[in-house]
Amino acid sequence: MGRKNSDKKPMFDPESIKVILATDAGSTTSKARFFKKLGNEYRFVASGEAPTTVEAPFEDVTMGIRNAIREVEELTGHTLLTEEGIITPTQGEKKGVDLYVTTSSAGGGLQMMVAGVVRTMTAESAERAALGAGAIVMDVMAIDDGRRIHQKIQRIRYLRPDMILVAGGTDGGTISHVVEVSELIKSAEPKPRLGVSFQLPIVYAGNKDAREYIKDTLGEKFALRTVDNIRPVLEVENALPAREAVHELFMEHVMSHAPGYSKLMKWTDVPIMPTPAAEGTMFRTIAETYNMNVIGVGLGGATTNVYSIFGGKFVRTVSANLGMSYSICNVLKEAGIANILRWVPFEIEEADLRNRLRNKMIRPTTIPQTLHELMVEHAVAREALRLAFEHHKQLARGLRGVQRKRTIADIFEQTMGEETHIKMMELNFLGGTGGLLSHAPRRAQSALMLIDGFQPEGVTKLAQDSVFMMPHLGVLSTVHPKAAMEIFEKDCLVRLGTCIAPVGEGKLGETAVKIRAKTSDGEITEDVPFGTIKTIPLKEKEIVNVKIEPHGGLDVGAGGGHSYAASVEGGVVGIIVDARGRPLVLPKDSKERSKKLIDWFRALNAYPQETLARIQKTL
Amino acid sequence: MGEAYTPGLKVKKSLVVRRTRKLPIKGETLVKEGDNVRTDTIVARTHVPGDLQIVRVAQILGIELEDTEKYMVLKAGDYVKKDDVIAKSTSFFGLFKTFVKSPVEGMIEHVSNVTGQVVIREPPIPVEVKAYIPGTVVNVFPEEGVTIETPAAFIQGIFGIGGETQGKLLMVADSPEDALTADLIKPDHKGKILVGGSLVTGDALHKAVKVGAQGVIVGGIDDKDLVELLGYEIGVAITGHEDVGITLILTEGFGKMPMSKRTFALLKSLEGKQASISGATQIRAGVIRPEIIIPLEGREIRKVGEEEEIPSKGLEPGTRIRVIREPYFGALGRVVSLPVELQKAETESYVRVLEAKLETQPAGAKPVVIPRANVEIIEE
Repeated sequence: MGRKNSDKKPMFDPESIKVILATDAGSTTSKARFFKKLGNEYRFVASGEAPTTVEAPFEDVTMGIRNAIREVEELTGHTLLTEEGIITPTQGEKKGVDLYVTTSSAGGGLQMMVAGVVRTMTAESAERAALGAGAIVMDVMAIDDGRRIHQKIQRIRYLRPDMILVAGGTDGGTISHVVEVSELIKSAEPKPRLGVSFQLPIVYAGNKDAREYIKDTLGEKFALRTVDNIRPVLEVENALPAREAVHELFMEHVMSHAPGYSKLMKWTDVPIMPTPAAEGTMFRTIAETYNMNVIGVGLGGATTNVYSIFGGKFVRTVSANLGMSYSICNVLKEAGIANILRWVPFEIEEADLRNRLRNKMIRPTTIPQTLHELMVEHAVAREALRLAFEHHKQLARGLRGVQRKRTIADIFEQTMGEETHIKMMELNFLGGTGGLLSHAPRRAQSALMLIDGFQPEGVTKLAQDSVFMMPHLGVLSTVHPKAAMEIFEKDCLVRLGTCIAPVGEGKLGETAVKIRAKTSDGEITEDVPFGTIKTIPLKEKEIVNVKIEPHGGLDVGAGGGHSYAASVEGGVVGIIVDARGRPLVLPKDSKERSKKLIDWFRALNAYPQETLARIQKTL
Repeated sequence: MGEAYTPGLKVKKSLVVRRTRKLPIKGETLVKEGDNVRTDTIVARTHVPGDLQIVRVAQILGIELEDTEKYMVLKAGDYVKKDDVIAKSTSFFGLFKTFVKSPVEGMIEHVSNVTGQVVIREPPIPVEVKAYIPGTVVNVFPEEGVTIETPAAFIQGIFGIGGETQGKLLMVADSPEDALTADLIKPDHKGKILVGGSLVTGDALHKAVKVGAQGVIVGGIDDKDLVELLGYEIGVAITGHEDVGITLILTEGFGKMPMSKRTFALLKSLEGKQASISGATQIRAGVIRPEIIIPLEGREIRKVGEEEEIPSKGLEPGTRIRVIREPYFGALGRVVSLPVELQKAETESYVRVLEAKLETQPAGAKPVVIPRANVEIIEE
């Protein structure tokens, strides 16, 4: 059994840290990233990757991590491993590390069930808290969720969660409903997913007056942890204590039972973080450092994680089963074949596309070798991003059940407290990470996937993770923020450019937007017709003031038809003027649509021009 | 990635197959070490706690929650039959009486003065575990289950649906390239496990179900036919519980995919033998692949190897491989070299590759370049 490392406090002098190794055991791939202090700053040096080995026949996560680290050893000539694990501290110039940290989403990550009294109130708060902790939420149970009691019990029995979070009631309010929830759980006797012999952890974050009853009901059969109420009063959501308890129990009860983790836990003094928790930490840092509204996405093999920070409010969602390898066919199921096909520029039979996706599902570690295969994966990625963002918007909204004062304006606007607080026009920064986005052969491909999946409005900076190291830096930032930020700025963050996207509908071919700017290379004046995309080169870190004049009723931030002045940052792709309109509507006719896709790909130089020309000839 | 290859699926003429058969919760084992069992021998048995019914007693009687216990006629631990009175209230000096009856037969498990509810547990549901494969009991886990061992031919599929079943193997295809169509399925295929070649059509599967065939083993299927058979789309590859009247095992994948010659030849050599098959597949969190187990008899039990626990060593020049992704999907060949440097693929990604000579290539042709992640090793 692994020693408990949730309360480990690494004691070291940050200045003494010269060599750092960070790993992430992903659902499909284990990734090692090697950092060093070069002169006065920390920099990324090398990376290694290998298939994750949580599953049979290996069933030991450390094997995949070792293979990934071994690749770093081969590339750098720096010895990192012994039979026992990672060499710490360093021994001379070419042996060992001063700090080793790791994240994990292997073996299905952290899978939770949450329960509350009212679905749209305490149960939703519990769901947000679990997602905030980086968990996959398997089911949300509530007294009023429409299911009959026996159906709920069957469901609890069927699920094998890693943990349950129970909320319900405000402090001082009625206790009977939340006790009813706990009686339901007790009767169903859910079993943990890993290790049948240990007690299933339950976090109770409901009405404090019910604690004694909850203890009587659940205390004996489960590893019960009681924390402050998640909704002490209706107007307040206090997710932090529940989130912290989830993290602690994740380490103590869940990780230690996953194959090989007891060994991995001995390798590091820093608690192993769930990958989405670490990724989210970095997006949050971006929002705080630059004081921006941020949306981030981690498109993984099994799940897609979306993070939003609007007006300082942080929301994280983990869409279980939307991903690019194990979960690729769930994207097919959720999106429908027609929605995937609409992003494929060449003709392909529906049956053929289905079979290709199924074959990726059953052999998830394979990679596209041809451009057609790559384009198919990018088509699926757009839909995975779109669906994950829709899921996110459902949870990124104000507290429900709270009485709000309404003004006349509210009545006219028909706004409800239940609307998402994500306003795309107010978004400043959209960033992507995860294998598919980070490893896209051309950066313009990930830029366009982010734009198509999220449809940013107005003026939005675009960025991506260079070689997929945001989770690594996220966990590193918990113990060495200086190193994490230096590497993030210099080696992780790839500035793709800025997207300018007018909202509304225009006439195809007529000018949608006029762009005027002065850059170091001269003056820019561009008329961009509706239905097209245009890129304007602007180097990374170069910032120019741009005047944007939308035509007709189109809006870029100052209202329909009004000019808007903005400071725009360049990047490896440049300024992307997306005049396809919002919402983005693709032509219904398949040939028309293919032609449009090819035009858009050409405008961004997203794929080799000769391949696009070849495809166009077949249309 | 460094060792970015997929270990191949097992196709073994003979090895010792061990299967552990365990109850979902503790119970009793019914066989002992050394016993010989048949596929249908019940090796362990238990009772899963019955379903729960919750009765809102306080609400029905219109009483305060904390008074629930006072109004109970029966208490926790008491056995009840359907419609037995479990609680009652009287008012107006006994003039009006309200009763609460049990909706089911079972035992009163809990009476709550906090929620005003009474929990009744229905009688336990018996659960039995069968041997699944014939053989010898080699290990007994008291109260949990047993391990059964048998010398057998063993083949892993890549994907399947449907649970465990048994039947005699029957070759319906003449070659690995043949498609299994409805006209090839006959009424006397009832109870059999049918072996096709490259593809099974939707019509053929329906007919196989209709005639009562137990299973179909085939190279591939069109996904649209699978969706049509199931009536829904599989999202995540966790299967084995489908109730479509047949177990389907794909040995290669989706689409028309000729069954590997080796698998086809092995199945053909065992035609007429009794096989135990399972379509259960789980690609994530503990890989489970569908399996075909054909126990060996008499003289066949020679040189039976152990079921390998150690994954194969990896790719080397000369290693036999199969390509598992376009553009050479399904092709067999041998590794010629393993360049160390990353190479630029058509996608413009820099990937670790191997050079291979494929069986479909003419003699003297240049080896093809394939990402290492896109091949699986064929164990020889």
